Amino acid sequence: MAERRLRVLVGKPGLDGHDRGAKIIARAFRDAGFEVIYTGLHQTPEQIVAASIQEDVDLIALSILSGAHNTLLPAVYSNLKEKGAEDIMLMAGGVIPEDDIPGLKAAGIAEIFTPGTSTEVIVDWVRTNVHPRA
Amino acid sequence: MTLAERVLDGDIRAAARLMRDIDDRMKSAVTELKALYPHTGNAYILGLTGPPGAGKSTLVDQIVAAYRKKDLLVGVVAIDPTSPFTGGAILGDRIRMNRHAEDPGVFIRSLATRGALGGMSRSTMDVVNVMDAMGMDVVIVETVGVGQDEVDIVSTAHTTAVVMVPGLGDDIQAIKAGILEIGDVFVVNKADREGAERTARELTTMLEMKHPEPGAWLPHVVRTEGARGVGIEELVEEFEAHRAYLKTSGHLQRLIEERNAKLFADTLRDELFDTVFGAIRDNGRYQEILKGLRERSTDPYSAVEQVLAAHAFS
Repeated sequence: MAERRLRVLVGKPGLDGHDRGAKIIARAFRDAGFEVIYTGLHQTPEQIVAASIQEDVDLIALSILSGAHNTLLPAVYSNLKEKGAEDIMLMAGGVIPEDDIPGLKAAGIAEIFTPGTSTEVIVDWVRTNVHPRA
Repeated sequence: MTLAERVLDGDIRAAARLMRDIDDRMKSAVTELKALYPHTGNAYILGLTGPPGAGKSTLVDQIVAAYRKKDLLVGVVAIDPTSPFTGGAILGDRIRMNRHAEDPGVFIRSLATRGALGGMSRSTMDVVNVMDAMGMDVVIVETVGVGQDEVDIVSTAHTTAVVMVPGLGDDIQAIKAGILEIGDVFVVNKADREGAERTARELTTMLEMKHPEPGAWLPHVVRTEGARGVGIEELVEEFEAHRAYLKTSGHLQRLIEERNAKLFADTLRDELFDTVFGAIRDNGRYQEILKGLRERSTDPYSAVEQVLAAHAFS
């Protein structure tokens, strides 16, 4: 019987090798009943977007701790746009200074979570704001 | 344009969306699959199965690379388990193969089992058919890490490869029913590990005990190191040898017949259940049955007989 299930790609763009946060988020999403596609470390924005399109996800959740967020996150968004896939929502988490957040939001990142945020808050945000695309 | 037309036109997003509709069991997907069906039947379908951690995804990654070198288009369906408790899933097979994400000649799709047993997902065959219609020359299906008798892959794939690793148990494990009977090719992966030689030898001995009929396919054991790409050429040659055997022996036709019959039977089973269950749920009969069962005034067997006799679904 027909039932839409939320699909989320959890990705780590760029060069930092710290994937503990990404794995915790992937697990929290799994426990929330989402289907999570985890693509592993060191992904380019192009790889993330290509995988998201093939997997038909509703949301891309990016974890970034390298400091390159101002470059990599907008690059993912512009790549989505280029492929006509900006209906896929984009969120990010990691060590991102408060001052950078407005700029990132203006560049197409729907929400940004910083260290200390509980997984419940993130799951709630997804449940409220992301819906399986019709 | 319909989704099916867009798929045939090479539209990746349309293909991805149709796979989602199939997996979410949207009624509209059936219409699209009908339109695509005449365009299927061309792809060579390769199944990889074996225990968790045997290195299946890494091997798939290498096999994709090998077929891409031959300029063939490759589709991958990678299946991972759904949590029986939350319905969620972590699909991690892509980690090993995402270097192919940007290659327009490769399409990778992760599927969750969503409650299906047998190492597969209910949608597998239909998703394979979409990739077939997209023009993929080879479609690789990687099952969930299986234990002993999750062998549904044989009715989906033309060639089934069983991936083993050293150190999983003695030779008695291998002569139990199941996994040894389904392989057309056996792989001992992580062949640099201690005991690989012995595992390969034991497997070969077991396979030679089978006394095949003259002219029948004799599965070989291929040793690989997925992470370093060792043995991949030999493995792909073995696939091609089996594929050639299928064609010349007439076995291929039999496989196709079995596959058609299975797709029909699976579809019939699903449709019948959805139709009958949907009807009795909507007309209140289901609630009555549950009440009867609660009060023990009926039993599940009589209730089903009555539902069927009454044609409550027609």
